[in-house]
Amino acid sequence: MPDKHLSTQFDSELNTVSSRVMELGGLVESQIRQAVYALSQFNADVADQVIENESRVNSLEVEIDRELASIIGRRQPTAVDLRLLLAISKTTANLERVGDEAEKIARMVKSIIKTGNSRSLPASELRVAAELASGLLRKALDAFARLDTQTALEIMKEDDLIDREFDGFLRILITYMMEDARTISASLDLLFIAKAIERIGDHAKNIAEFIIYIVKGDDVRHTSIEKIESALK
Amino acid sequence: MQPITQNQSKISVKNLNFYYGKFHALKNINMEIPENQVTAFIGPSGCGKSTLLRTFNRMFELYPEQRAEGEIVLDGENLLTSKQDVALIRAKVGMVFQKPTPFPMSIFDNIAFGVKLFENLSKSEMEERVEWALHKAALWNEVKDKLQQSGSGLSGGQQQRLCIARGIAIKPEVLLLDEPCSALDPISTAKVEELIIELKQDYTVVIVTHNMQQAARCSDFTAYMYLGDLMEFGQTEQMFFKPQRKETEDYITGRFG
Repeated sequence: MPDKHLSTQFDSELNTVSSRVMELGGLVESQIRQAVYALSQFNADVADQVIENESRVNSLEVEIDRELASIIGRRQPTAVDLRLLLAISKTTANLERVGDEAEKIARMVKSIIKTGNSRSLPASELRVAAELASGLLRKALDAFARLDTQTALEIMKEDDLIDREFDGFLRILITYMMEDARTISASLDLLFIAKAIERIGDHAKNIAEFIIYIVKGDDVRHTSIEKIESALK
Repeated sequence: MQPITQNQSKISVKNLNFYYGKFHALKNINMEIPENQVTAFIGPSGCGKSTLLRTFNRMFELYPEQRAEGEIVLDGENLLTSKQDVALIRAKVGMVFQKPTPFPMSIFDNIAFGVKLFENLSKSEMEERVEWALHKAALWNEVKDKLQQSGSGLSGGQQQRLCIARGIAIKPEVLLLDEPCSALDPISTAKVEELIIELKQDYTVVIVTHNMQQAARCSDFTAYMYLGDLMEFGQTEQMFFKPQRKETEDYITGRFG
């Protein structure tokens, strides 16, 4: 927030909760990177680490919610402050869900390792989608910190790329399963991983929508890109 | 200014300018006060909100050196140039002040006093009217057994509701409230706010308040004023969620100054 309140205490409360969201975002980002690394190397130790760190994501979410409730209860925020706090609440929920997806990927990696046929799977085909998704989340967090609506709009468009990658991967996976029925069980695990990556892109897109909500006051969920573009002009 | 509501306008303010001697206190105000709705005026001290309110029943005429130019049209007639007795205008446009101002007489007479100026009612009709006004002001149950006791023996919140009862007893069309809750505790404030929302079914209510949360809670439309200008006027919901002007947003979020 560029302009300061008469109450510096209010400013510092808003700054604290905003920086907590960034902290949560950073943590979740690293969880994804680790989970994707565990997938690319089929490394059970790294996967275990991701699963263990998930509790930190959860407790940070609870802490942010508590701070939000306290600010709303004591300050009765209005206008841009109200929109910011509502958006922080929703962004926090989305980040926590991204954390869940990272944990899910880690669990699936361990499950695939157990089946013993990790080598024969097209896991590397997911690399592009995974990089797109974590890049998009980073971009969303950067845009959130700067309340940058133009970048938010770009994120919404880029989420389509991840969706297309997911569709492409699905076709590859089907080919594998048809060629060798013994890979079906592990392939299904891989499918869940692909879905988790695709969901991360969706969460990044949601966060981008909240940025427009804060700045413009328009709720652009369930709205076409064209309409959002014209609203931003 | 564009009309902000489908509701019919009760008071039309057109090119209103107001002067305290040489001081230009209201600068070319244009607005439509919607009928049967609560309109709140907010803004920092000295912005002209009370001045604007006081033009609606020519209260300013009590003081010399104060003059208004422009039009305030109520039911097709410009109040500022009206040849009507000013007392009749004030009967149509009632007012409640910041501090409770009960007359030094009984609760019953506090209400009957104003009615007697305008109407000739029989004893039973008057009793009926007093009871009706006290019911409307949500005070009846608290005072029904002590109508002959002095009005100043009531609590601050009760006194303020007594003043509202006195204001509505003469059946005005518009009720002006100038910071009606600033001297009241939260419970009395909540009662008065409840009352304001109920009163709009029969009256057009205009309230001046320093308490922005109060405007947010009980008004349908909010006008933000600053240094004699009407900065923004819109639906309360919109004003407190996404005001059009940055100045309004700065004020209501506490960034002003």
